[in-house]
Amino acid sequence: MGFIISIITIFFLLAVSLVKSEHKATLAVLGTICSAAASSWDAIWVLSGNIYEEAINGGLVFGNITLRSDGLSAWFILLTNFTAITAILYGKQYLKHYQSSSASLTLHFGSYLLNHFALTGIYFIQNALAFLCLWEIMALSVFIMVIFEHGRMETLKAGINYLIQSHISIIFLTLGFIWVYTSTGSFEFSAIRDYCFAAGKEPSLLLFLVFFIGFAIKAGFVPFHTWLPHAHPAAPSHVSGLMSGVIIKSGIYGILRMLLLMPENHLVIGYLILLISIVSSVYGVLLATIQHNMKRLLAYHSIENIGIIGIGIGVGAIGSGLHMPYLALAGYTGALLHSLNHSLFKSLLFFTSGTVYTATHTLSIDRLGGLIRRMPHTSLLFLLAALAICGLPPFNGFISEFLIYSGLFNAIGSGQTSSVVVLAVVALALTGGLALMCFTKAFGIIFLGVNRTGKITLIHEAGPAMLFPKYLTASLIVAIGLLPQLFIGILQNPAGLFTSTGVSPEYASLVSLMQKVSLALTGLVLLILLLYLVRKTAMRRRDLVTGPTWGCGYKNSSPRLQYTASSFVRPFAVLVKPWITMSRTKAEIRTIIPQPLHDETHFYDKLENTLVDWPVRNLKGFLGKFKFLQNGSVQFYVLYGVVFIAISIAIPLIINVIQYLSHLIKQL
Amino acid sequence: MRVLSLVLILLTSLFFTGIIIRTKSILSGRKGPGIMQPMKDILRSLRKSSVFSETTSLIFQLAPTVYLATILMAILFIPFGNDKGVISFNGDFVFFAYVLALGKFFMIIAALDTGSSFEGMGASREALYSMLVEPAFFILMGSFALLTGYTSFAGIFGALHFGSYISYGIGILASFVFITIALIENSRLPVDDPKTHLELTMVHEVMILDNSGFDLGLILYATNLKFAMYGAIIANFFLTPGYEWYYSIPIFTAVQLVFAVIVGTIESFSARFRMNHNPQFILMFTSISLLIFLGVLLMTGKII
Repeated sequence: MGFIISIITIFFLLAVSLVKSEHKATLAVLGTICSAAASSWDAIWVLSGNIYEEAINGGLVFGNITLRSDGLSAWFILLTNFTAITAILYGKQYLKHYQSSSASLTLHFGSYLLNHFALTGIYFIQNALAFLCLWEIMALSVFIMVIFEHGRMETLKAGINYLIQSHISIIFLTLGFIWVYTSTGSFEFSAIRDYCFAAGKEPSLLLFLVFFIGFAIKAGFVPFHTWLPHAHPAAPSHVSGLMSGVIIKSGIYGILRMLLLMPENHLVIGYLILLISIVSSVYGVLLATIQHNMKRLLAYHSIENIGIIGIGIGVGAIGSGLHMPYLALAGYTGALLHSLNHSLFKSLLFFTSGTVYTATHTLSIDRLGGLIRRMPHTSLLFLLAALAICGLPPFNGFISEFLIYSGLFNAIGSGQTSSVVVLAVVALALTGGLALMCFTKAFGIIFLGVNRTGKITLIHEAGPAMLFPKYLTASLIVAIGLLPQLFIGILQNPAGLFTSTGVSPEYASLVSLMQKVSLALTGLVLLILLLYLVRKTAMRRRDLVTGPTWGCGYKNSSPRLQYTASSFVRPFAVLVKPWITMSRTKAEIRTIIPQPLHDETHFYDKLENTLVDWPVRNLKGFLGKFKFLQNGSVQFYVLYGVVFIAISIAIPLIINVIQYLSHLIKQL
Repeated sequence: MRVLSLVLILLTSLFFTGIIIRTKSILSGRKGPGIMQPMKDILRSLRKSSVFSETTSLIFQLAPTVYLATILMAILFIPFGNDKGVISFNGDFVFFAYVLALGKFFMIIAALDTGSSFEGMGASREALYSMLVEPAFFILMGSFALLTGYTSFAGIFGALHFGSYISYGIGILASFVFITIALIENSRLPVDDPKTHLELTMVHEVMILDNSGFDLGLILYATNLKFAMYGAIIANFFLTPGYEWYYSIPIFTAVQLVFAVIVGTIESFSARFRMNHNPQFILMFTSISLLIFLGVLLMTGKII
């Protein structure tokens, strides 16, 4: 299998670089679909109850590389493949304007294929060394995709920020794998399990923490999240969708894989992940709510959703630690399903905001408005994804959040878990409320009302080729929402890995619960339709009058009088002021006849300020003191060399002298 | 008998606002309108034709329907003493809260759909308050889950019983929190004044400024239903299991009546808070529900 996918990738990589620039995108689509088909075939086979295992000879360096996929790998491969295909289908249309720059396109589509290959590989490979290589390929290919518009300074900066932070993640992973290697002498993943059995509880907990930090940076848990809100807005929209939907999930996969490999300490780990996730979800959504930039807002929501997934993992780990199978199943199933769900609605949100960007050339929410008239499809899709991300019924986000809630309340009801669990309930409820606020703002200000710039006639709806991948994603969102029991059935295999019991009565109860939920959701949809029908028949014979919006007596209303995104969240921003950094430049009216004024408010992440910016600034200040050394004249550099040689000769000499002298003094 | 609570709530909703208004008029020494007057107003609205703003889109026409549908859906979950609601499963109160949030979502975007800054203001406030009130409800339900070991409305209310002094305290506190949640969710005093005439100080009323005719009727009726629904939840605290229906139906009616009178009394004797004090007021209930949770922890001795 690994061989076939490698051949496909290499073939299409060559093909993409050789053909003319207008065909590159088509080839990238073909390549992604082919390699996705190959790995999906395998994944479906695995999910139906088989286990795939293969060993390939990696030569002298790697030794034998085991390729193995179980339910967990298969689930992540499937969710990766779906979004990878929709993203490239969308990206093909999105990048149509850039056909003149052939080299960047080659680089972009080449890294797209390579990235897909690396992602698939990560889920297959059970050898630490090969895993790290693929992890690095993934990091680099994403970096190249992010800096597609490398002409802009911000994009480059965001890209480099990402590159550095993902290498910090790699350092931690390498550290963990070397730790295992030094005590077991093997790079196989199974060695981690052997090590944990041999070393006992405390060292294996420490080892888990090292891995956790490595994977958490990739996933974007607070406080390792700072690269995320920079990289997502900088990348082209399809790449943002792919990053947010799929690539950060590789971190989640890593954490889950490590949990599988380290059966000890699950209770402690569960509480730890739960606490970090509570912070992540609330902090992420808090910052998301106050953003004005559409894609940055979505990026912060990724942190929130990773937090929700983390709460699910935490509940699951607590469940497996306490040997409560229902808890473990609800938690892990919720986390795995939310990983899929998030990849769907988040990629859809990024795709639609990309479409809005191509139509209006701005990402600033406050400059938009009234788009629903010109872009009905995009608006509908955005609304659907917004409802799903808020976890509202009858869409998919609700199902996974419901599962996690169900696990949490079950934990509380059992009375065996710590009362910390109730904090997770509070966090989920708050997150839901804040997400509602955030997305009513985003949808309401971007798509409803009147356009704020007045250039509405220049805006056009995207073509059917661009809408197709979005509708594909949307249909899956609705399908999971209305028929959750099917998807829960598929998840039986991956979630069952975490509980030793396998197919259990708890699973059956979960499925029957989902059947009831599905029935209730269908009922809700029917009720809405029925009421709408009643309304329609009641309204049929009435004469409907249209008029201007009631301005409370004021006649000369202009689009600029509308509520903006900033004014919408102002009461909230005032409330959370202690937790954010707000910079505001305020112009005051000075003359009798007021001139046009410019007033700007920016919100900044306080945590990023203290954890990243402050140390970097200080380090820069300290290192800046040595700038005089690098003065550019060759004579000085030669002098440095001479001084270095002199010192390296002198130091042993001096030490000898001191030793001699001390010897002398002792003798005296 | 699963439909009993649905039927009773629908019946109560016809009188609820009328009783509030009647209480207010008696307390202020006026004669006041009849108890059925709000329903008559709603019927009149339903028969009228509508004026739609040119700015609005389909969202604006869809929202009132969705709002009413979500509340009807939520009512289906409310049990009646021992009898389950029409729909009941583990964790149904999560569904209950989220389905109500769906209706709110649509009302908020419908307000933004008009492009009016007044309605935007109302939408912003509504979003903030409903966000703040959410945790209180969930902590409360969590406390009951801990107390009874059940995770559904029917299970919790079926198993709820008053044994010790702490449990009485918890029951009273919980009813108190639920009454306030109902007041906040229905945009009544002291958070919002439905009778205010200044758009700048409105929350819910300003959001529906542009709704007229049939849609306005739907929204007004939805408000009545919402009141009756919260009243039914509070009544469930007092419908101790084992009672026959000829006891429980009078208890239900009495609780709803007392609830309406309490709302009327609060509205007669208190003034609306300043807007910026509302968040503190609402957050207070999160802490009260945390207190309840702690109380339950003490009672069950499950502090870990």
